[in-house]
Parts: sequence; structure tokens; C-alpha cells
Amino acid sequence: MNSEDILEQIPRLRRYARALLGDRYAADDLVQDTLERALSKYHLWRAGSDLRAWLFAIMHNVFVNQVRGRRAEIERTMEELPDIAVRETHSDALEVADVDRALRALPDEQREVLLLVVLEEMSYEEASRALNVPIGTVMSRLSRGRERMRRLIAGARQSVPLQVVK
Amino acid sequence: MTQVLEDDLHAFVDGVLDPARSAEVTAYLADRPDEAERVRAYRAQNAGLHALFDHVLNEPVPAGLKVTRPARRWRPIALAASVLFTGVAIGWMIARGGVTQAYRTTPSLAHSAAIAHAVYSPEVRHPVEVGADQEDHLVRWLSKRLGTQLRAPKLVPLGYDLVGGRLLSGPRGPVAQFMYQEATGKRLTLYVSGVQGDMPDTAFRFSQEGSVSVFYWVDRDYGYALSGDIKREALLAVATAVYRQLSP
Repeated sequence: MNSEDILEQIPRLRRYARALLGDRYAADDLVQDTLERALSKYHLWRAGSDLRAWLFAIMHNVFVNQVRGRRAEIERTMEELPDIAVRETHSDALEVADVDRALRALPDEQREVLLLVVLEEMSYEEASRALNVPIGTVMSRLSRGRERMRRLIAGARQSVPLQVVK
Repeated sequence: MTQVLEDDLHAFVDGVLDPARSAEVTAYLADRPDEAERVRAYRAQNAGLHALFDHVLNEPVPAGLKVTRPARRWRPIALAASVLFTGVAIGWMIARGGVTQAYRTTPSLAHSAAIAHAVYSPEVRHPVEVGADQEDHLVRWLSKRLGTQLRAPKLVPLGYDLVGGRLLSGPRGPVAQFMYQEATGKRLTLYVSGVQGDMPDTAFRFSQEGSVSVFYWVDRDYGYALSGDIKREALLAVATAVYRQLSP
């Protein structure tokens, strides 16, 4: 492994981190921490194995250890809000950001699986290795995450006619 | 046919089934509209996620992220290392300043239009709020909300029929989205947004946002963006027609 190989992976790590955290600044912090960890542990990487999978596994660990603790409280507060409360008035509330907002509302575990499978196009087995969970867990998180997103998006769109009709 | 399980539906959504199994799932869905709707919604999620985040792949990597292995254990060159570290840190802060700046600016017209396209164009049941059968009402309503006289361009000669339109909320206020459809089902969307003097008039510009191609331009305080999942040349022909009709 040399730094060229890692550099090549940075755009993908940044895309994933951005989608995971939603905030550009926090996402680049996560990428930075992941790269530092990878460089300090590069001797553990086996030449010829999948560098992308290894980097994503490191990012997952950094995320779990550092980021999630800080975010837990904020997320708990958001969980308590009814989904419809975030929409304001009438048709203006039909936002293009429905998908993004639904993604933010997912538990971290489900969001990670969804993003590895959809954005990174990892196989379910690769995702299971990156997250260090059994493949059955990957499938159930994927299923629950997608369904939850679907309901949130549908709920957001249906709430509008209910307000407009008088 | 063997039973279709939940896992099969996800593998179908992700396009990882072999062709034979994929055909079985297609047959299974043909008799189950609710399940088919669920699969369609999941696929729309996939498209929406790519539209939201693929642009990050094309961003220049902040200089500070190009880290090299730390040299902190090499005492004889500690001074050099600290100079290097300072250089890296300054580079990182400059890069971060740039990042913060970019973060504050509103999303680009093309990017917002591409997201709106990716979110609404796959809709089967509710692609628009007001259909083309009420075109006059649609245009009056959207014109009133945007504060300008809008028109829905006629694209029939190019093979695209008006489906209808909807009102969206964009980064700069209300946005009108008109949707058009070709005989094969391919859809284009025209996104019209006020830009309130913060963007000068521009000629045609092109942007590739994930799989969505966008031609956009700014004309007298309004931004127009035509988005479609079609080839650039084909989209350009339609965009030219739209431009001619709206800016005579």
C-alpha cells in the first residue's frame, strides 16, 4: 500500500461520510481521523486484500467510537419529534429534501448499511465485513431502513393535501 | 417458482440478482401492486441518494486531507517535522476556510434542479400536483407564487408531452417544476426559480449531476434548469427549444 492508493479512495470516503453525518465539516473530520488511523495501522493491512473494504471498516470503527457518542443526545431529541411537525405550511412544504430528511431520521445502524449498499454499491457480504456484523443483520437493517424511509417520505407528501383542503 | 423472500426484493432493488431469478421476482411483482410500489419507492430512494451525494466525488479534495505518515518519532528531524506539521496545519486551515465558505453558499441551481428531478420524475402515482388537463390553472397558480408570468413550453414537436407541474420550496424561495414525458416514459423536468439578483444572466451551461444531465441558464432574475436522464445532445435540443420559447 502506498499513499497513492489511499488518495484514490478519499473521494469515496468523503461521499460516504457526508451522507452519514449530513454536515460537511463533521464529515471531513471523520475522513481525517480515518486516514490518520489507517496510516498508523498500515502495517496491519495485508497486501492484496481489498483496501476500500479495509478503509471503510476503519471509518466505521472511528464513527462508532468517536462520533456517535457525541451525536446520541441530539438524535434522541429528534426521535421524539413527530415526523409531520417538521413540515410547515401548504404546498411550500413540498421539499426536494424529503429523501435527505428521511435519511437523517434513520438510526445510525440502518443508515450505514443503506449507504454502503446503495452509494458504495457494496455486496451484502462486503457490507457485513465492513461493519463487522453477520450478513443476516445487514439484511434486516437494510429492510427496516428502506421501509422507514419510505414511510417518512410518503407521510411527508401526504401531509400536504390534508392541510390544504378546507 | 420458488418463494420470493424479503431479501430477494432487496437484491432485486439493488440489481444483484441473476437474470433468471430477477425474472421470477418481476413475475411475482406483476400480481402484487403493493409490493411493486414498495420496490419502486426503494429504487427512487437509491436514485435520490445518488443525486444527493454523488457530487461529492467530483469535489476537489481539501488539501488538509492529503496526509502523509506522521514523522513524530524522528527526534533528529523534530524541528523539520514541526515546520512540516505547521505547514500541513496551515494548509488544512486554509482548506477548511474554503470548505466553510462553500458550505454557506446556497446549493447551485443545477444541483437543486437535479435533486428535484431525481425525487419526482420516478413517481408513478403522483408525479405532479396539477395535471396538464388543467394547464391554464397550473400556469396561473405557479406564476402567482413565483411573482412572474410563467409559461409551460410546448415540446410536442420534440416528442415530449406536458404531464403537469408542482410547486417546490427551493433554497431561494418558491420554485416551479414542469414535467414532460416522452412516449417511452422518459421524463424531463423544467425547474424555474427566482434568483433575486444574486446571479448574473448567463448563457447556457451544462452540469452532470450523477446520472442526471442539466442545462441551465439565468435570464432576468430567474434561473431555468432542464434536467433529464438522457444524453447531453438530446437534452440540448430540448433545452434550446425551451430557451427560445421562454426568452423570445
